[in-house]
Amino acid sequence: MGNNGSAPDLSSRLLRLVIVGHVDHGKSTLVGRLLSDTGSLPEGKLDFVKEICIQQGKDFEFAFLLDALQEEQEQGITIDTSQIFFGTAKRKYVIIDAPGHKEFLKNMVTGAADAEAALLLIDAKEGVQEQSRRHGYILKLLGLTQVAVVINKMDLVDYDEKVYAKIKSEYTAFLESMGVVAREFIPVSAKLGVNIAALKDEMPWYNGPTVLKMLDQFEKKQAADHLPFRFPVQDVYKFDERRIIAGRVESGKLKVGDRVTFSPSNKKAIVKSLEAWSVPEQPTSASSSESIGFTLDEQIFVERGDVCTLTDELPIVSTTFDANVFWMGKRHLEKGRKFTLKLNTQEVECEVLEFKKAIDASTLETLSNQDYIAKNDVAELTLKTRSPVAFDLFGSIATTGRFVLVDEYDVCGGGIITTYTPTTHAEKIRDEVRTRDFNWIKSDIKPEERAYRNGHCAALILITGEPGSGKGPLARTLELNLFQNNFQSYLLDRRNVNLGVSADLNESTVEDESARRLGEVAKLFLDAGHVVISTSNAFHKEDQEDLKLLANPYQVVEIQVGTQSTSDADIILSLDEAKNTKEASTKIQNFLKEKKILMGHNYSI
Amino acid sequence: MDHLDELENQSIFILREAYKNFKNLAMLWSIGKDSTILVWLARKAFFGHCPIPLVHIDTTYKIPAMIEYRDHYAKKWGLNLVVGKNQKALDEGMNHEKGRIVCCEALKTQGLHCIMEEHGYTGLILGIRRDEEGTRAKERYFSPRDKNFEWNFKDQPPELWDQYKTTFADDTHIRIHPILHWTELNVWEYILREKIPIIDLYFATPEGTRYRSLGCAPCTGTIQSQAKNVEEIVEELKNVTTSERSGRAQDQEDTYAMQKLRARGYM
Repeated sequence: MGNNGSAPDLSSRLLRLVIVGHVDHGKSTLVGRLLSDTGSLPEGKLDFVKEICIQQGKDFEFAFLLDALQEEQEQGITIDTSQIFFGTAKRKYVIIDAPGHKEFLKNMVTGAADAEAALLLIDAKEGVQEQSRRHGYILKLLGLTQVAVVINKMDLVDYDEKVYAKIKSEYTAFLESMGVVAREFIPVSAKLGVNIAALKDEMPWYNGPTVLKMLDQFEKKQAADHLPFRFPVQDVYKFDERRIIAGRVESGKLKVGDRVTFSPSNKKAIVKSLEAWSVPEQPTSASSSESIGFTLDEQIFVERGDVCTLTDELPIVSTTFDANVFWMGKRHLEKGRKFTLKLNTQEVECEVLEFKKAIDASTLETLSNQDYIAKNDVAELTLKTRSPVAFDLFGSIATTGRFVLVDEYDVCGGGIITTYTPTTHAEKIRDEVRTRDFNWIKSDIKPEERAYRNGHCAALILITGEPGSGKGPLARTLELNLFQNNFQSYLLDRRNVNLGVSADLNESTVEDESARRLGEVAKLFLDAGHVVISTSNAFHKEDQEDLKLLANPYQVVEIQVGTQSTSDADIILSLDEAKNTKEASTKIQNFLKEKKILMGHNYSI
Repeated sequence: MDHLDELENQSIFILREAYKNFKNLAMLWSIGKDSTILVWLARKAFFGHCPIPLVHIDTTYKIPAMIEYRDHYAKKWGLNLVVGKNQKALDEGMNHEKGRIVCCEALKTQGLHCIMEEHGYTGLILGIRRDEEGTRAKERYFSPRDKNFEWNFKDQPPELWDQYKTTFADDTHIRIHPILHWTELNVWEYILREKIPIIDLYFATPEGTRYRSLGCAPCTGTIQSQAKNVEEIVEELKNVTTSERSGRAQDQEDTYAMQKLRARGYM
């Protein structure tokens, strides 16, 4: 088998394994035994170490073997204790490990996050200890579900079935409280080689598999090709005439011609080509784990952090969600402080909105009324981000349902998204828009065909200002001027919508709902290709936000009359400027030309 | 997807993360096989282009064929090559006879120090691998160095779910290791698959010796080998029992030579 003194034969794929458990529960002994019993040690190494033990009058222990290997490594021979290779008749394994480091949890997390299966060791004599529980919890948080528990040092308790049964029932109850089922509880003596490679006679009451047999039953991580397509944009390149959207497929598949949507921006396009350098032929499709690049049929603005999906399989977009988090930071994870959330390629400021449950990970006891967690602890909490993020629940698509938290310069925590309930008004509207777009029956006439005939793209011109600022007269002039220039303009007056479409609304619901209905009516006109003009009272900021969300994906141009507050308006007109409606209207039209909303018939502009 | 595809995809992902997150980024090109496949991977990641400048630290003791190879491919592949030297130490007559570790530190580590300062690089991409030697085994993909170039290998940042350390204090820099998870055999299998032109010092001479690892002429030895081409090297490596860097004299200078060198900023 692979020789740990040299580069192992890695031509076939490996199963990545992590071994965790409380300190001194026999990790190195188990690793040494696995190497020895699978014949994966450098030739003569075992005898050499045994010989030294005899000379020094010590009993041989496998831990010495690992120490010896590590020492060699430090002398420049290529055994790597952070990746230990061994093989069975079925396949090859790599144990990911980082021993002897000061901060064990950081290293354990680094190793286990990359593993496909875990062995959790418990000492039969000591029973379930602090780290047994903490590591169990972290494995669950990392989404590692292929876990077998190895009850070691059975020789020290006379291979007593009662000891085994007691630990098994205690730890099963612990795992169950987190919704985890261990594949097996294997009683062993790593030191004496009992039930590692072969079932020995010491424990006739045990009928389960040996450790090696158990490992062979673990499954390789499945490629996530069957899941919905998820592609967090890593970067956009323009090194030559191609504008390439680059990133890695986290799940699902993509092919040329697919209709895709970018979230949270909701921009849409069609995949024109997949790009690659130095390949026999250009690819036409890509699947999960591939680092790829593609071009789009139109030049929409896309940037790092956008999540590209197929248009009929959108992710969730929100600013709040519930998560389970583990913490490794020197400073506490606490309310009132800002952290950076990194979810795939999205990076956004966030804070803890609420600690639902702070938990001591070594006992799983709830730390009641505690609005923070310290290093090595975990919590169920609600996070709020500064701007919307696109994600999935960890239970549906793991790779887009997890994140890390950065405090100052360091990654200090990790978490998985457990639930999401839209709570705020904006979230509800956003959800509604996404469901609506998802089910929308599209016309055979494409928006660009309408735009070509009309001489302009569909857009919503929203004129905002205080009552009496002259928004109304400006809107009427703009509608008329656009019409005179042969454009399809329509002034959508809120009062008209209220008279008919919203006539049934009573006093209590009227505000939000009438804004929503106005937005939906505007959306229909936009879909028909018009330049829709509407006005909104400056004090109703929420209504304006709703209108913008509802008009998606069409462009919204905001004209602010008066200088009441700073805003993200495209054009700001003073009251005097707005009074001269003709000039103001020309100014707006020039802006629309600049933005290529007004293109002119046959692109005459 | 086979194992080389997996390695390649992961490395491309890391290169793109580095390119996006570091404004002032450079890649070390030693002309050896590892940093040459890095150049190749960069061209894959960036669709035929290599938008990252390549820094070559010239100790002036390199094997002459390495410089020829460097200049030929820098031109052919349109690379932005930056050559760094610790001229002061050279003027003062630094060489390996003053002690190998002293020499490596002066001409390589300090040479690197000089050029990084001159160009203000905050991210440095290197082709080191975990299986090369013990201290590299403990590395992270994104590994911070303080202002004195020092590496605190006992307290490293966690790395999970492909989220790397991309924020750092002023005066510090990050070493980025896109092929950390490859083995020596993987590198040669990839060279074979991709038909990457590799300097012929790696191939056995008619006398039956070849370089397995490349460095400065006085401190790099050859190994006994009949492997005359990439296919034969791949076969040879499947049965080898000695370490890759056994021909590198500085590693053997003392037991903890590499740990000492690397903690102070060596590649």
